[in-house]
Amino acid sequence: MTTTTIDVDRAGVAAILRLGGDITSASDADLTAGFGRAIDDGARAVILDFARMEYMNSGGIGLLVTLLVRAQRAGARLMAVGLSDHYRQILSLTRLDEAIEVHDDETTAMAAIDLQARR
Amino acid sequence: MTAQAPDPVPARDAAHWATPVDRLSASGVSGAPVDSVSGKRVAGPLQGFGQLWQKTFTVRLDGSDLTPSAVIATWKDRFPTFWPAGQRFYAPLAGIAPGEVALLDIAPVPGSPVKLSTGVMVLYADDESFTFMTPEGHTLSAWITFSAYRDGEVTVAQAQALERPSDPFDELAYLLGGNRMNDRFWRQTLENLARHVGTPTPEVTTQIVCIDRHRQWRYASNLRNSATLRTARRTLTAPVRWIFRRG
Repeated sequence: MTTTTIDVDRAGVAAILRLGGDITSASDADLTAGFGRAIDDGARAVILDFARMEYMNSGGIGLLVTLLVRAQRAGARLMAVGLSDHYRQILSLTRLDEAIEVHDDETTAMAAIDLQARR
Repeated sequence: MTAQAPDPVPARDAAHWATPVDRLSASGVSGAPVDSVSGKRVAGPLQGFGQLWQKTFTVRLDGSDLTPSAVIATWKDRFPTFWPAGQRFYAPLAGIAPGEVALLDIAPVPGSPVKLSTGVMVLYADDESFTFMTPEGHTLSAWITFSAYRDGEVTVAQAQALERPSDPFDELAYLLGGNRMNDRFWRQTLENLARHVGTPTPEVTTQIVCIDRHRQWRYASNLRNSATLRTARRTLTAPVRWIFRRG
């Protein structure tokens, strides 16, 4: 049985989606709902926090593509933090890291958002 | 604040994913007449040019008592035999396992002597699913996941593609019929699988969703790797090469 948890926090212009448990194709509804809440709330950047994620299969990585398209459509940036070396490798392998901004932690992600806002 | 998570123990999914490679190698395949994959990078749905589509083909395996993992084991083991006639899948000697590369000869038009030579890399594989990722030059920049699951008392087999035509030429071909041929290809594959596992009259259902209508013009230059154009060039110049060989 797949268990996914998605908690949404707000930090300035960014929303942070904290992903927990297993991310598979069965996580679609939860992930879409969390992302929708973030965008509807006016977030200009969505930070996916993978620190509590325990498992992701190819169905889960497919969901990231659809999130990315939704983010582009909404004019929002999509970022990733809290990735272990293993999941960083997967984002690199799938070339998702060419479109999703990967940062070490929320601090550096927020700094990148601030930097762009000042330009 | 979130710190970068350490890797104290390997992730549960670690053994199921391919390890990153800069360039693909098809050295684990034998029998293919042309290797147009070695040296290429992989290219997923983000690296393609055309509109992004998600296509889901499912078939209920009524009459079969195989579990989802047994269906996937059969599918992996006999993958080439379920393809429609005239299409060739040269499986890796190590089987369908993470990181392995397979080569393909695809007839762009059924029955045509002209074959499109390309391949796939096994991106992910576990007991109930496996995923292919296409290399640069393939007509589609895609991930294709084959899976099986239980729906009540019946096992369901599924093929799901997340795909973009790779370049402007492929996008045009896709709009002019390649899209429908591709759908027919996967429906026939699922029908062949279903018959093999004991479903006498399989009915494949199809769900197609356009995820992104925009074309990614920054990837128009994918044309330089196009397997379609390379095949067309080889076909057109074949008589000239034949004359030169005869001296």
